[in-house]
Amino acid sequence: MASEKERRFVGPRRGQIYFSVVFFLVGLLLLSQITRQTRWVENTQLFAQPRFWPAAGLIGIVLLGGLYLYKLPWRNITVQDRIEIRIWVSTLEYVCWFLGYVVVVPVIGYLPATLIFAPLLSWRIGYRSKKMLWISAMFGFATVLLFKTMLSVQIPGGLLYEYFPTMLRSIFIQYF
Amino acid sequence: MEVLASGIEILARWDVLVALLVGSVGGVLIGAIPGVGPAVAIAILLPATFSMDPIVGLTVLLGIYGSSMYGGAIPAILINTPGTAVNALTTYDGYPMTTRGEPRRALSLAYSASFFGGIFSVICLILFAPVLAKIAPLFGSREIFLAALLGIILVVVAHRGQSMIAGALAAFGIFIQSIGLEPVKYSQRYTFDQPFLQSGVNLIVVVLGLFALSQAFVLLTGDDQKIRLTKLRGGMFQGIRELARHPRVAAVSASFGVLMGMVPGVGEFTAQFISYTYAQKTSKRPDDFGNGSSEGLIAAETANNAVPTAAMVPLLALGIPGEALTAMMLSVFYVHNVVPGPGLFQNQMDFVVALYLALMILNVLVFLFLLGATNQLIKVVLIPNRFLGVCILTLSFVGVYSLRNSVSDCMIAAVFGMFGFILKRLSMPVVPIILGMVLGGIMEVKLRASMARVKTPYDFIDRPVAMILFLTILFILGMHFWRILQERKKIKEAEWLTKHRSTAFGGVLSRRKNLLLRAKAKMVRTRHFW
Repeated sequence: MASEKERRFVGPRRGQIYFSVVFFLVGLLLLSQITRQTRWVENTQLFAQPRFWPAAGLIGIVLLGGLYLYKLPWRNITVQDRIEIRIWVSTLEYVCWFLGYVVVVPVIGYLPATLIFAPLLSWRIGYRSKKMLWISAMFGFATVLLFKTMLSVQIPGGLLYEYFPTMLRSIFIQYF
Repeated sequence: MEVLASGIEILARWDVLVALLVGSVGGVLIGAIPGVGPAVAIAILLPATFSMDPIVGLTVLLGIYGSSMYGGAIPAILINTPGTAVNALTTYDGYPMTTRGEPRRALSLAYSASFFGGIFSVICLILFAPVLAKIAPLFGSREIFLAALLGIILVVVAHRGQSMIAGALAAFGIFIQSIGLEPVKYSQRYTFDQPFLQSGVNLIVVVLGLFALSQAFVLLTGDDQKIRLTKLRGGMFQGIRELARHPRVAAVSASFGVLMGMVPGVGEFTAQFISYTYAQKTSKRPDDFGNGSSEGLIAAETANNAVPTAAMVPLLALGIPGEALTAMMLSVFYVHNVVPGPGLFQNQMDFVVALYLALMILNVLVFLFLLGATNQLIKVVLIPNRFLGVCILTLSFVGVYSLRNSVSDCMIAAVFGMFGFILKRLSMPVVPIILGMVLGGIMEVKLRASMARVKTPYDFIDRPVAMILFLTILFILGMHFWRILQERKKIKEAEWLTKHRSTAFGGVLSRRKNLLLRAKAKMVRTRHFW
């Protein structure tokens, strides 16, 4: 039967222990580096020291994170915790998709990269119908049109555009 | 009157009007799609607004902020899923109305209540602006430092049951903002000799990671939901008539929304909770609450829509954002060298009034749009979740990459995206990190400036406003620790009540053994003594 502390705990149990331990240890590790990573300036007030605010933040992390860990109603690791870790790690795939997109844009250009990325990711997550693939391609095109063509956000033209004919190249670099 | 005329003049431009239209319609659409929300949309659009005029950029963002809650009521009422987090209370009474065949009535009432809340708060704040203009100059460096500290403390204590982790995350935000080259002594802080960390961690990169990318990961790793929509029948104007029958609930809820919105770190949830409780306690039919009560729906929707306008007060008057969305808007001000704070109220009152007027026009536009277009609009609820994940991931790229065309920014955003995903999975708050970053930066600058003139600790609080803020901080901390002690007492009492003998096999055997030994001893005593 769940104890009163467990019943009053806000949030799910799974993964809490892993998160709290890692959060606390990272805070502790960063705090241990404070003398190397920050400077103490002579003849300067404590509050104006470059070390003051990183120290305040890290002491807060270690103190409150440590208290949170100490007050957790559970100490043992269960199967659910391990499953949760697997779910956290599974997002790495989408992180790779995102970073892949970031790397590809300066090479082949914003429009072609988006026209490939959106339908490809849709296909990967299970939308295999022609309709959905078209919709995602159209969404990609609309995104480029809105942000690069209309709002002129700063995204550089792709290296691939250099091989385009002069007229087309300048249009593509500026608008797509 | 002169200021009002100047405010209207600022707004009387075609690009501002387009921004109003785009912001209001876009905000409603974003709010109506469960899983997107205004934070994601504002985070993505933020860099795009940097190239616009401050008033145009802010109007778009304010439009999304102010109108998303109107849109969020649609899925909350029709499919019991709040479009934005603050519409959660709308489901309590909105969805039961739908199940008994009154979806149109519920929607109409929600729109009318939201409209009333929005307009009420704008009028309150326009009337309140001259008073604010007089109070704002009383805030010097130390008062702003104390107000920022109060904001962080309020955010932390507002997360009941999670205040320790909320505090740790706020401290994490303070630490992140301190990374990079320190601007006064020019010394490196936690850069680990990496060039990409020298300029620090950009707020927008963190915001995009924590809000947009993490939400994309949540949607991509989740499942699509099957949604059945109810057909809408009846008139859309009945809500206005029904709202007019409950003027007390509407006015009190809107007032709570205005008051709570002005306090940094408190926001919509507290306003809604207090309004809803008030409406229930003073209602003639309190049992109807949670089962489709019109008063409950009015309280929830009026309070949450009164907050956005009021939340602009600490931002504009003191330069202190009270929650994540206004924290994002602060960066728009900074990019355009418009420094929000006491000076803004003194020197650019017309700009402030223009923003309030924009909010008023926005409420009218959204209300009219919803009355006419709800039938078509409800279809956006049907967009599959995982496809939305693809859309958010594609759009997040624009937000992060267009800032500085930096791959390292994208990597930092991806790391924060994963971190945000983990926090969401664990139901931990993300907002303290953002406020820690923003308010931590403000506190660092203001504390340094104020300490230059402070000789003894008492000098820091010798001015009336500083003293009031200091006492408020002490009071809030005192209340918080008192509440913790009370809860601890309750837990101990509950544990004591449920305490029982061990049911483990060893425990049972031991008790049985003791019983047998006692019985045997009794028998031996009887045999020998009698």
